[in-house]
Amino acid sequence: MSRNDANSGAGGNFGSQSQPGAMKRSDMNQGDVLFDVKGLSKSFGDLQVLKSIDLTVRKGQVSVLMGPSGSGKTTVLRSLNSLESPDGGTITFTGGPSFDFSKSQKKPERALLRDQSAMVFQQHNLFPHRTVLENVTEGPIHVQKTPKAQAIAEAEALLARVGLADKRDVYPFQLSGGQQQRVGIVRALALKPDVLLFDEPTSALDPELVGDVLAVMKELADEGWTMVVVTHEVTFARAVADQVVFMDGGVVLEASTPSQMFSNPRHRRTRQFLDRILNPLGE
Amino acid sequence: MSDNAQLFLDSLWPIVEGAIKGTIPLALISFSLGLIIALIVALMRLSKSKVLSALARIYISIIRGTPLLVQLFVIFYGMPSVGITLDPWPSAIIAFSLNVGGYAAEVIRAAILSVPRGQWEAGYTIGMSQTQQLGRVILPQAARVSVPPLSNTFISLVKDSSLASLILVTETFRVSQEIAAFSQEFMLLYIEAALVYWVISTFLAFGQSMLEERLDRYVSK
Repeated sequence: MSRNDANSGAGGNFGSQSQPGAMKRSDMNQGDVLFDVKGLSKSFGDLQVLKSIDLTVRKGQVSVLMGPSGSGKTTVLRSLNSLESPDGGTITFTGGPSFDFSKSQKKPERALLRDQSAMVFQQHNLFPHRTVLENVTEGPIHVQKTPKAQAIAEAEALLARVGLADKRDVYPFQLSGGQQQRVGIVRALALKPDVLLFDEPTSALDPELVGDVLAVMKELADEGWTMVVVTHEVTFARAVADQVVFMDGGVVLEASTPSQMFSNPRHRRTRQFLDRILNPLGE
Repeated sequence: MSDNAQLFLDSLWPIVEGAIKGTIPLALISFSLGLIIALIVALMRLSKSKVLSALARIYISIIRGTPLLVQLFVIFYGMPSVGITLDPWPSAIIAFSLNVGGYAAEVIRAAILSVPRGQWEAGYTIGMSQTQQLGRVILPQAARVSVPPLSNTFISLVKDSSLASLILVTETFRVSQEIAAFSQEFMLLYIEAALVYWVISTFLAFGQSMLEERLDRYVSK
């Protein structure tokens, strides 16, 4: 199970494996488990940022990680993509590889874990010296060795889907923040990963540009992509998430459906946090 | 035509020939080799290995802490006493390459560090190996930053290559020295040599701005 044997991205949709609408979005416990995170822990020096995190991600589901800054949600996400090396715990893909972080991971293992997913960064991290099209085809052509013509055709189809077909030959600096982030999403999609990871994809954007990016993400979710999203966008979580995971101080305080989480959170800390972001002036 | 004007014209070609056959190839070869050394030393300096990093530091410290003329003399006049005798040209190229290597290593190291960490991560996340991240993502961006300081290094090298005249390499300055000694017209011949260096440097500065313009095409202004 890796990027290379996922479905082709050409054609009418974003190239996801599952059928749209095949899953009932309201039930977070339905669907096959894609991977299981157990006891994930990580320290930076004396600071323990992750204290035994458990997380189950099902195929085709959208998991939203929320929590105050410093809660460890971004570290969890980055660990899934091998951008951080946890000190302990396991990640097990159903019918696929598993990773035990209590043993030190060698380069090929880290690469194997990385290749399960693709990351969309908060600051998009597009390659400034490459055009939009080159940004998208860089991975397929130079890493996955997809034939150039095929990679370009697929990239063009994906760019067209996010409304950026006419921007294929411009450099990232010539795009708006929202357009840059949509290219960032397309760059991740072009790798045909099993899981899409989003690290606060809209936090660096002007408020009026957030909608375009969220709309693309919602479309991906509707098409059945498996997504793990770190975000503070409650509206998005409410409308799109299958499970919302609330983290604080390096632990998962609770994980439930969005309706449960936003209407009746179990934990006092969760309630406090949600209250603060939904009602920042405290009125 | 006055005697001086005649001498100027007569000596111009030999001096320019000294530049074409001496100064320019000497600078080009030394700079190219120097850049390769510099890249290796910069990567050693940035590596996690304490040994490699320390070796790189020592190398840079020696190169920057001693005069180029002394380095040149150690290689040409000093090495024979330990059984290594080199001709003037190889000696000059070794000395200049090592010198450029030491200075440019710090430029390249700083340029690599100037590329945001997110760029390494973006390369990693799309599946690149470390070599690909460096070659396809980091160095192209570092190149843009390092063109102005490396151009300085190159232009300095063109002028410093006149030191090679002291180990008997036939180049611009040595040719003008010889004609000056013969004609006793020191002022004229040395001004003429200076003029040739200045013309070369001006061309290089022009090349630098063209290169900068090209590399700036993906940056907002």
